Amino acid sequence: MSLLDYFRSSKKSSTAATAKERLQIIVAHQRSQRDTPDYLPLMKQEIIQVIRKYVPISEEQVSVQLDQNDDNLSVLELNVTLPDH
Amino acid sequence: MAQIIVVTSGKGGVGKTTSSAAIATGLALKGHKTVVIDFDIGLRNLDLVMGCERRVVYDFVNVINGEANLNQALIKDKRCDKLFILPASQTRDKDALTKEGVGKVLADLSKDFEFIVCDSPAGIETGAMMALYFADTAIVTTNPEVSSVRDSDRILGMLQSRSRRAEDNLEPIKEYLLLTRYSPARVKTGEMLSVEDVQEILAIDLLGVIPESQAVLKASNSGVPVIIDQESDAGQAYTDTVSRLLGEDIPLRFTSEEKKGFLKRIFG
Repeated sequence: MSLLDYFRSSKKSSTAATAKERLQIIVAHQRSQRDTPDYLPLMKQEIIQVIRKYVPISEEQVSVQLDQNDDNLSVLELNVTLPDH
Repeated sequence: MAQIIVVTSGKGGVGKTTSSAAIATGLALKGHKTVVIDFDIGLRNLDLVMGCERRVVYDFVNVINGEANLNQALIKDKRCDKLFILPASQTRDKDALTKEGVGKVLADLSKDFEFIVCDSPAGIETGAMMALYFADTAIVTTNPEVSSVRDSDRILGMLQSRSRRAEDNLEPIKEYLLLTRYSPARVKTGEMLSVEDVQEILAIDLLGVIPESQAVLKASNSGVPVIIDQESDAGQAYTDTVSRLLGEDIPLRFTSEEKKGFLKRIFG
């Protein structure tokens, strides 16, 4: 890096910091999905389709979560926020 | 019993084959009988990087199918008599690798070798899953770049759920980070993720940092693992990596910018 570059680059903000921030978010998201079964995304889609037959909802209004409490018991938690009207 | 090491990454082009060749050669140079296996069925390249492409007669799939025995397929390295290469097949058959077949070959090799290095293909298809399935240790090769880091995290998930050790509830695979193509100068100017950044995101132990180096291309051009070139920074960094793999505690090198002369600092 030359002296000229030094003056130029010091003004810009670091793109590495942006990369790190973006990665931390996507990796955290990836890890939260890590232990869920492969069928979960498709099942979520189908549940949304069924609800949409009756109520107009968007994907963000449905959260599907699978919690493994112990070896014999898994709990599927379905949370739907219905619109006011 | 041999230690089975998988060199993996998820993303392609980050330096898996370069690293497999260098690390296997380094282990053998330290006196450990080592075999390096190319799992990239259909896209064989380890033989080229190791410089033995003209000596391939039988391959991994031939051995699995019983068309050749291990002694016929193993290629003895011409530089180091403790090192052997098992080349990949060029078949287009996607199902050439089976869990039973790979398991049997690895079990046979285990009787004879101290280290088995598995050079994984990119992606998360059969070849990659077979390469990591039987591993005791994983070297996750990563470039300091967003897509490579993300894919490495995906592979870490696979190591923890899709491996033999995970399925049999054994002690988990030991996971190491190998950061390749690192440019300390670009890290300093804030253009590249630092070692610490990548380590913080992936949260696994660091095995080594290989600097971006012209020596790597020169080495593969001539079919000589870059670790043989001990004049080069990359060669020395791989030697350090191998020592750490063998349990030695060695400080990192080539992670800060080298000092430049006065004129170079002004004119670049």
